[in-house]
Amino acid sequence: MAEVTIRKKLISVEEIFHEGGPVAQHPLRRAAALAVIHNPFAGSYAAKIEGFMDDLKPLGLEMARDLVAALGGDIKLVEGYGKGAIVGSAGEIEHGALWHVPGGYAMREVLGGAKAIVASTKKVGGPGTRLDVPITHINASYVRSHFDAMEVGLADAPRADELVLALVMTTGARVHARVGGLKASEVKGEDGLR
Amino acid sequence: MKAKIRKIATFVEETQQEMGRPISPPARRAAAVAVIENPCAGKYVEDLSELTAIGEELGELLTTRAVAALGIAGSAAESYGKAAAVGENGEIEHAAAILHPKLGTPVRRVLGKGAALIPSSKKRGGLGVVLDIPLGHKDAAFVRSHFDGMEVRLNDAPRANEIMVAIAVTDSGRPLARVGGLKKEEIKGEDGLR
Repeated sequence: MAEVTIRKKLISVEEIFHEGGPVAQHPLRRAAALAVIHNPFAGSYAAKIEGFMDDLKPLGLEMARDLVAALGGDIKLVEGYGKGAIVGSAGEIEHGALWHVPGGYAMREVLGGAKAIVASTKKVGGPGTRLDVPITHINASYVRSHFDAMEVGLADAPRADELVLALVMTTGARVHARVGGLKASEVKGEDGLR
Repeated sequence: MKAKIRKIATFVEETQQEMGRPISPPARRAAAVAVIENPCAGKYVEDLSELTAIGEELGELLTTRAVAALGIAGSAAESYGKAAAVGENGEIEHAAAILHPKLGTPVRRVLGKGAALIPSSKKRGGLGVVLDIPLGHKDAAFVRSHFDGMEVRLNDAPRANEIMVAIAVTDSGRPLARVGGLKKEEIKGEDGLR
């Protein structure tokens, strides 16, 4: 067990009305939650790191709930999600991988059992590093209108011995989605894919 | 609404620790950013009153959003700042027309007070340009603990014919402020300076 020490948190919300086309009747909203935490494995190679995933579970749930609240407080509004991590320079990419389970399952749980795998990305970087967090539909990964990404980052993080953990949720399709594919209205929602 | 808004983003930062020391209560600050069409882009326009009217609207809208994102009463705000980034087909004077003549009055209305000048910055730039919003105490510009800045950035703005307008509001000064000067407990808050 390692303690999860939070230095700072960020919640950002975008409300998108149009992108050169017709103004959306219901603007697309996208929210990101970031937590800057101490990386307990920074500075040396640790063979056993898996236990930290359990330690991160409460933080994952807290961030997932913060996102639902930032989007209006109703889980039914959430249609897309994604996650990511930025590892400070004294850590390794594998430390970012610790976020897959606690970040992903937290969102699926908070959203009432979302079916689709949570798209993700991660990198090692210095303060100010930007991360393009991929986004897909919460119940069917093939829904083409919901493929999206949200850029996140903080000017002062991650420091060398820190991790930036990110979760993202959205309320719908890209604002002018029109390239076909599986529609959200056609989703079976059984296998997480279609 | 005179402004043609493409998107609105809010950012809330909460610093819980700095250099291993707890910040209690956490230092919180919010920025609200609107991306609008620049009605004067691409040509020289002598009379910028259209932009000034947009500034007045955005003063109210963005301050309301920032305060709501912080979850505090307007009167609980301690410092503020404003900034604008003009896309490449506009001129820096367009930012000035939005920020300076009329934006401040509604900001102060939402916050209940605001004797001090609202610190500001402006620039012209392309997509993803970084805006550093200067921050100062809202009633007494000399409060040294509240001199600060907040970085905001949107990867997809401003497009050539757009303007990004940002307002930042905080509930506190810097974490661990300790370089002396006028303290917030000592201010008179009448002349906007002390």
